[in-house]
Amino acid sequence: MTSISSASPAFTGKDPNNRLFGPLPDVQGDAGYEAGHPERVGFFTDTSVCIGCKACEVACKEWNTLPMDDSHGTRDTMGLSGMSYDNTGQLGANSWRHVAFIEQVRTVDLPMPTFGRPGDDRQGSGPSPAVSGDAGSQAHMQASVLNAEALSEFDPQTGQSGTDKQVRWLMSSDVCKHCTHAGCLDVCPTGALFRTEFGTVVVQGDICNGCGYCVPACPYGVIDRREDDGRVFKCTMCYDRLTDGLMPACATACPTQSIQFGDLDELQARADARLATLQSQGVETARLYGRDEDDGVGGNGAFFLLLDEPEVYGLPPDPIVTTRDLPAMWKAAGKAALMIVGVAASAVLGSRRPR
Amino acid sequence: MPRHLEQPDRARGGSIDGVKTWLDAWPVFRQLTGSDPLGRGKAARSRATEAVVSRTATADRVAKSVCPFCAVGCAQKVYVEDGRITQIEGDPDSPVNRGRLCPKGSASKQLVTSPSRVTKVRYRRPYGTEWEDLELDTAMEMIADRVLEARRKGWQDEDGPPDNRHRVNRTMGIASLGGATLDNEENYLMKKLYSALGAIQIENQARI
Amino acid sequence: MPGLGASFGRGGATNFLEDLANSDCIVIEGSNMAECHPVGFQWVMEAKARGAKIVHIDPRFTRTSAVADLHVPLRIGTDIAFLGGLIRYVLDNDLYFRDYVVAYTNAAALVGEEFVDTEELDGLFSGFDAETNHYDEASWQYEPEEPPHSGSDDPAGAAEQDSSEQHPDVKDADRAQAAGSGGPPIPAKPKRDDTLQHPRTVFQILKRHFARYTPEMVAEVCGIEPEVFEQVARWVTENSNRERTTAWVYSVGWTQHSVGAQYIRTASILQTLLGNIGRPGGGIMALRGHASIQGSTDVPTLFNLLPGYLPMPHAMQHQTLDEYVADAAGKAGFWGNKRAYTVSLLKAWFGDAAQPENDFRFDWIPKINGDHSSYRTITDMIQGKVSGYFLVGENPTVGHPNGRMNRFGLANLDWLVVRDLQMIESATFWQESPEVETGELAPETIGTEVFFMPCASHVEKEGTFTQTQRMLQWREKAVEPPGDARSDLWFYYHLGRILRERLKDSTDPRDQALLHMTWDYPLHGETQDPDAEAVLREINGTGPDGAPLSTYIDMKDDGSTSGGCWIYTGVYADGVNQAARRKPAKEQGAVASEWGWAWPLNRRMLYNRASADPDGKPWSERKKYVYWDEAAGEWTGADVPDFEKTKRPDYVPPDGAKAQDALAGNDPFVMQGDGKAWLYAPAGLVDGPLPTHYEPVESVVENAFYKQQASPTVERIEGPWNRENPSRSEIFPFQVTTYRLTEHHTAGGMSRTLPYLSELQPEFFVEVSPELAALRGLTHGDFATLVSARTAIEAKVLVTERIRPIKLRDGQVVHQIGMPYHWSYSGLSTGDSANDLLGIVLDANTHIQEDKVSTADIVPGRRPRGQELLEFVEDYRRRAGVASGRVGVNGRAPVEASSGHTETGS
Repeated sequence: MTSISSASPAFTGKDPNNRLFGPLPDVQGDAGYEAGHPERVGFFTDTSVCIGCKACEVACKEWNTLPMDDSHGTRDTMGLSGMSYDNTGQLGANSWRHVAFIEQVRTVDLPMPTFGRPGDDRQGSGPSPAVSGDAGSQAHMQASVLNAEALSEFDPQTGQSGTDKQVRWLMSSDVCKHCTHAGCLDVCPTGALFRTEFGTVVVQGDICNGCGYCVPACPYGVIDRREDDGRVFKCTMCYDRLTDGLMPACATACPTQSIQFGDLDELQARADARLATLQSQGVETARLYGRDEDDGVGGNGAFFLLLDEPEVYGLPPDPIVTTRDLPAMWKAAGKAALMIVGVAASAVLGSRRPR
Repeated sequence: MPRHLEQPDRARGGSIDGVKTWLDAWPVFRQLTGSDPLGRGKAARSRATEAVVSRTATADRVAKSVCPFCAVGCAQKVYVEDGRITQIEGDPDSPVNRGRLCPKGSASKQLVTSPSRVTKVRYRRPYGTEWEDLELDTAMEMIADRVLEARRKGWQDEDGPPDNRHRVNRTMGIASLGGATLDNEENYLMKKLYSALGAIQIENQARI
Repeated sequence: MPGLGASFGRGGATNFLEDLANSDCIVIEGSNMAECHPVGFQWVMEAKARGAKIVHIDPRFTRTSAVADLHVPLRIGTDIAFLGGLIRYVLDNDLYFRDYVVAYTNAAALVGEEFVDTEELDGLFSGFDAETNHYDEASWQYEPEEPPHSGSDDPAGAAEQDSSEQHPDVKDADRAQAAGSGGPPIPAKPKRDDTLQHPRTVFQILKRHFARYTPEMVAEVCGIEPEVFEQVARWVTENSNRERTTAWVYSVGWTQHSVGAQYIRTASILQTLLGNIGRPGGGIMALRGHASIQGSTDVPTLFNLLPGYLPMPHAMQHQTLDEYVADAAGKAGFWGNKRAYTVSLLKAWFGDAAQPENDFRFDWIPKINGDHSSYRTITDMIQGKVSGYFLVGENPTVGHPNGRMNRFGLANLDWLVVRDLQMIESATFWQESPEVETGELAPETIGTEVFFMPCASHVEKEGTFTQTQRMLQWREKAVEPPGDARSDLWFYYHLGRILRERLKDSTDPRDQALLHMTWDYPLHGETQDPDAEAVLREINGTGPDGAPLSTYIDMKDDGSTSGGCWIYTGVYADGVNQAARRKPAKEQGAVASEWGWAWPLNRRMLYNRASADPDGKPWSERKKYVYWDEAAGEWTGADVPDFEKTKRPDYVPPDGAKAQDALAGNDPFVMQGDGKAWLYAPAGLVDGPLPTHYEPVESVVENAFYKQQASPTVERIEGPWNRENPSRSEIFPFQVTTYRLTEHHTAGGMSRTLPYLSELQPEFFVEVSPELAALRGLTHGDFATLVSARTAIEAKVLVTERIRPIKLRDGQVVHQIGMPYHWSYSGLSTGDSANDLLGIVLDANTHIQEDKVSTADIVPGRRPRGQELLEFVEDYRRRAGVASGRVGVNGRAPVEASSGHTETGS
């Protein structure tokens, strides 16, 4: 596969004929579903209310009868990862939801006897704790759990553990983004990956031949092969449950509604309102991720409210669908190929079409 | 890579019973004749996909239950099909949990269908080094024998220092410790039976 | 929960989970609610979304802290100092809810002249007997009204009982917990000074008692800055008034201390002063840990209780029914009907055999005469005094402190019955426990016969759980249990049936209770499972016509009614299983009264009469809940009134009134003998009428308040298998606290066996601060060994800033180690057992162990194996000046005589 960075000179992102890039108001219509198809659905994961309980991980596994986790698809020899309370590590063939835990700390430089009062700052009712950004105090920090960049943007709203240090513990449940332009789907040579009538992207296990082309095509590293099976697996947004009018298992279980399921446009409106609320409360680091339809994947069916930079959560800051430039690249080759198939098809069609 | 350049054999499946059926099932055909020219949606739907059904929809019945882990008391719906439990999830009607469950509650199906559950009586004889099999009825009779013997051994009509004895009418030979997943009805029968036997060292996780 | 019982009259959460959404401020203290009750926590998040302040007070920064507005990292075991500081802040700044306090509490009551406070006795109250470590509560009493009001039909009998009440054997029998539903009896109504100015009013005593709990003192003891304390104080007081309410949430982070009941008392005093009890969004939310912990105390399998918080009869006090009910006879409040509740219970159990002429067979109930609680019984087992033991869904060798001692107990039984879903460690102790590894136990030497009886899961039987807010919910049976698995109802019914058959011809008096008890329940199906609904009907009780009772008010003391648990009467009201009601929440009001059934009488919020002012009007429109409707002549509102429906707010009891009739129309605490919430507890607690800060038994810090270091009444169990780390020992220099994780369940039998949960927290670990890691050379991800006077265990190390050392004002640095306790050697996710590290010392009120705080040492690397482990720990004991912990075969007798400590259980 060719990988093209956002700096690629081929990139314009403005080609109105490029159906593999840019905003797409009706993904299901684009995928051949007639008007009157269901609304596009999605997940809005609001990490500001996530309590890291991992109900989503378990509910997903129970419903989809997934094997025990490990990133290579075989039974894990279990062990502590050392990454805070995260022992799942990442999304994979057997983990379609994954809760990341990020511990952050910053030293607060305060003249005694005053001290920082969290929650006060935004009300202006107390001295705002100053951030000690010098190299000396940074050296005291634990490299393993810290992200220096995150610290510079540190937001005190979620609490602290004392006078000299502020601790923040971010939790976020990751999932397949069900992209508007899904690289996995676009590269799948077998038709195993398809766009559902709900606008989600699903692997069809009876079609997948395990070629694995989709794995590097995903800009988020979500889709994954199960080693002992050979085929690829990822979140289906509980396609089967949707057909019974139920919510996906993870959103059904989520105790604090950190994971919200619904019609995508409604979720987007809800997310915008939530972001405005947080920002009005002074949580300036809050942001939406995957909400923007002008981003590199045409916006996500599953998008997030984050309290820090995406990298902090292990998310790519600027994902680009890997097939964005395919139309240009395949212009000539594709034409020729289409012609061949077209000829073959019309031969067959001609023999059966009665009219 | 454009998908329409490759068409694997397995896409046809094993059920070809006529050209039309075969053609309808052939994504390229649907792709070229339908509204999904890139073959990424409607035209790509497989037989299995068309047959997808949620197992909540096919359940024979749904039992109303309550999560056995913590004390929040989350209501659960237990889906049963062919006498087997196929799904346990939160009951959205509940005012307490509103259909939500934590990871433990969400693992309830695994709890009750766990292959490592012990489903046969096991017996370890005094000074034995291994478990042995035992019939349930035999075990009940053996336990009854031992209860009567322990009750007799530990029986006290009176207790206290020699100068201040009081009637107690009890046995100190039998003790019991229950978990907090016992139903009220079970606790009630336990307390009633133990009291009638004179056993008083009856405790519960509630102490902890 | 005697802390709540002694304060308000009932030992249950005062409010319900959904009501937390109505709070303006929620303080979570002694609970890690987001991790341990995640689904209940949605109501906290709901309140937060509506603008409520969320404060988490906890030594550790947890998943609850992560979403709170403020985390207060106080030093482990200092909650009374913190809460006492808040009480002082409220009193000194006149921030209490005066109208509420004067009308609804005992603030105006006068205490007798004999009472002497801890302030004067350096940490002891008057009445302490250093020989027995018990208090005589006589000097704590109210000054009675003049002339002395005799509330008893039998003054002489009552007086005699009041004195025997102070006998150590009676105190050990845990009378306090019998206050779980019905405040402890008081001999007489007190003299009052409604101006609160008399120096012996409860109000003034309170002021003096907490005078030294200044912000500076709180800061010094708790290890936090005074400004943090003041921030909490401001948020709490600004959100506690006519218009606003604050809720307090606690769990086992409070109960599992040597002064656990007093932790709860402190919060009760504070919440009462702030006027937050009985009002929406207020209250004290006791979060119980397990599916039916509340049910297991309501319908108790506890040594000291009969159903409905009736005490087990005590040999020294209760030889007859008259003696048994003497303390309540003629008393005010609903406890005054104790005789009717007791007779109805005896009728439910013994049916036609219980008649007035034979005292309703009260003599068939066995008598207690001391502490027969679980830990005491383990000691008796080690000493060979107990033959047989039933473990019914409990795994004490992992879930209880001092696993080693527990295993020695099991190894000295004649027989053990274990009923569980999985092969738990308590069933395999003889085969593969840590003591088998050290050679202290060997299968060939253990005579315990073990029966493992597989049990039915929650979906394979029907019945009710009572959840944390006193609500009963009926479960339907989904499928049949597999193989030999049976419900516990099946097991006990059929065991009883077999025993009765065996003895059917017996004329021995001791067998008559068994032979004459009612034991005929309909049986269903191939396995002959008893009908749980029939049992629930018996618990509910029936009237003279045989129809189910709808309220316990209808219970009679003449034998014409029956009922197995009076507080549950009404669960079968109108002949309908009310616990099975499942009217969708969306189709009913916010209180959702038609979902399940809550005791008492389906009241969801206790003491809700207090949500209205003394005249019966809501304190404010915003906090309107239950109020007096003059036109209709009754109490009405969102909930079932926790009050007699038609008793007018201006009702004044006539002379000689008894039971509920003796309570006035503005006495909301209907189970208390005086109808008031108790700021000061003249009875009901064995360790003092007011909470006082003591250091934990195993503390590295000196008590800054008093000379008295730890609670004087703490209950100890001595033996080589339960050595205590000396307080402030350099050998055991770090504090340890134990806790649960969201991903596992208690002793792990229901989680370590499940793949999806095991993989989420796959190994035993401890959490330490970077500072402690540096101090001891611990490496993130590597093993460390923790040592106490009990044993040594190993765990993976998680170095995290979420655990922080506390620096006290004198420069002392207190390091705290966090230790989740779910693991042992069986299942998919394994590790050493945290509880093996802990000893057993008990709150004398509850016999609950102090396992939230202990001490230990921690060193890098794995622990020694086999004999070397014993040497390793013995060396620690020697260096710490602790007596030997060596035991003989199966833990029976010490190898060598030890010095300093006595060897026998006391």
